Amino acid sequence: MEDFGSASLRKLLDAFPDAVQATHADRGDATVLVEASRIVEVLQFLRETGGLDFDMLMDLTAVDYAGHPDRDGPRFEIVYHLLASQHFHRLRVKAGVPEMPCQIDSCVAVWPAANWMEREVFDLYGVRFRNHPDLRRILLYEEFEGHPLRKDYPKERRQPLIGPRN
Amino acid sequence: MAHVRTLDDDSEQDLHADHQILNMGPSHPATHGTVKFLIELDGETIVDLDIQVGYLHRGFEKECESGTWYQAIPYTDRLNYNSAILANIGYCLTVEKLLDIETPERCQWLRTMGGELSRLGDHLTRCGAACLELSAMTPFLFGIEARELTWDLMEILCGARVTSNYLRIGGVKHDMHASFPGVCRENITKIRALLKDYEAVVTQNRLFVDRLRGTGMISKEKLIEYAVTGPLLRAAGIPMDLRKDQPYLKYAEVDFDVPIGEVGDNYDRYLVCVEEMQQSLRIIEQCLVALEKIGPGPVNVDDPRVRWPAKGRVFNQMEELIQQFKAVTEGPLVPAGEAYQAIESANGELGFYVVSDGTAQPWKVRCRPPSFINLQPMPLMLKGAMLADLIPTFDFLNMVGGECDR
Repeated sequence: MEDFGSASLRKLLDAFPDAVQATHADRGDATVLVEASRIVEVLQFLRETGGLDFDMLMDLTAVDYAGHPDRDGPRFEIVYHLLASQHFHRLRVKAGVPEMPCQIDSCVAVWPAANWMEREVFDLYGVRFRNHPDLRRILLYEEFEGHPLRKDYPKERRQPLIGPRN
Repeated sequence: MAHVRTLDDDSEQDLHADHQILNMGPSHPATHGTVKFLIELDGETIVDLDIQVGYLHRGFEKECESGTWYQAIPYTDRLNYNSAILANIGYCLTVEKLLDIETPERCQWLRTMGGELSRLGDHLTRCGAACLELSAMTPFLFGIEARELTWDLMEILCGARVTSNYLRIGGVKHDMHASFPGVCRENITKIRALLKDYEAVVTQNRLFVDRLRGTGMISKEKLIEYAVTGPLLRAAGIPMDLRKDQPYLKYAEVDFDVPIGEVGDNYDRYLVCVEEMQQSLRIIEQCLVALEKIGPGPVNVDDPRVRWPAKGRVFNQMEELIQQFKAVTEGPLVPAGEAYQAIESANGELGFYVVSDGTAQPWKVRCRPPSFINLQPMPLMLKGAMLADLIPTFDFLNMVGGECDR
């Protein structure tokens, strides 16, 4: 699997020498950090190139690095976990998103699975996905104020009560 | 609530031309799971479906980020409360990946066995409750009686019936009780008999088959596009099972089959689940044999970073007392980095993605919930179907609110 990880990274590097910012295979997880503005292109390439065939977007989430001791750079990172179901290879793709403007292109057109996952990231982190077909909150309700998984959202914060709605 | 459709053609304007919006849930007696469906109906045909989840959102990730690495384990119990140990396994394996820990052999067998017991309980709930929601009480009682037997075993194994909290980072809470293998074999015999009764009532039952055959269908390609995993994907004929494809714990050493379906309708999903229960029973038996073969031994890794000293030593030795104190008040330090580890839970790929900044608190704990992701393509399975088809389709998706909404 490590071999494939490095082989797929090499293919990606050859195709996008300027979009790939960093790679590592820490703890056996092949990882690539790409430039956020090229994310859809890269994901499309990973999905459609023969030999790579990352046909499943297993997971999409975000990490808020605000206040992280040894990090400077964009505040958020969007993390994609891909799986090639024929070869059973995995790849992690990451892209940095700054606090302002807090947005990145949606990959719903590449994998429809991204729809709810991106809605969840929007709901909990407040990252907007450009060209998302239906960017609504999903786990929380419309009247909820703020985005609770941001590091500056206090755990004890109370939300206004809303009445029944129909 | 009526919704008036604008009609181009007046000739269509008869009494039943208007689509109706039906609000189903969030607590509907015919669904197990707290979820709301907004269904647009043309007569009894489903035109469109909006699924609204989130009623059981408890802030799992936020809570994990504000405790120590150990304190997240009880929260993982409450993700899929039908199969708590499987979520424990997913989380602990991920943290162990960050710590680069290999657990002792006996611990791995115990985890494998506990996980399969959990899977069995989960499938029994799914198949039993599905019958209940299709108005069949008897098979539900067979299923629930068998699930009670798995919970009795769980109680002997870890002291709790549902939220087990059995795993520890680098091990399990304790070894199984001496009475466990005997009771387990007895209960397996009883569960097999109950499953036989259950299948005798259900599998060839005309009413049951008619409601499941050909309903909730979706193509393989769509399932892959929507990252659907677990019994749903296998029922469509794709033999993807992480226990075989990316073996973890002791799955490479046990003998079991991965059942697959042909067309991927609800009936295939039912057959796959029933067969998986038989396979789980097989795995549990093999685990018992293996545990007896390797004999007594440590069930926790002897790593000072995560070890909990034995209570006897804590009260008598200074170093152990200090270690216990630090383990409780500070918690283990996990090296900085990130890791993703997926396991095959009862619903599909249950993944954990954790990020550590090197302190005793997780920076991020993400759970990839199979229930949530498998639920997403449900409208595609039901567009054009009858309203009554929603019930079995939702049953076999087996959305578990705790895991879906976290």
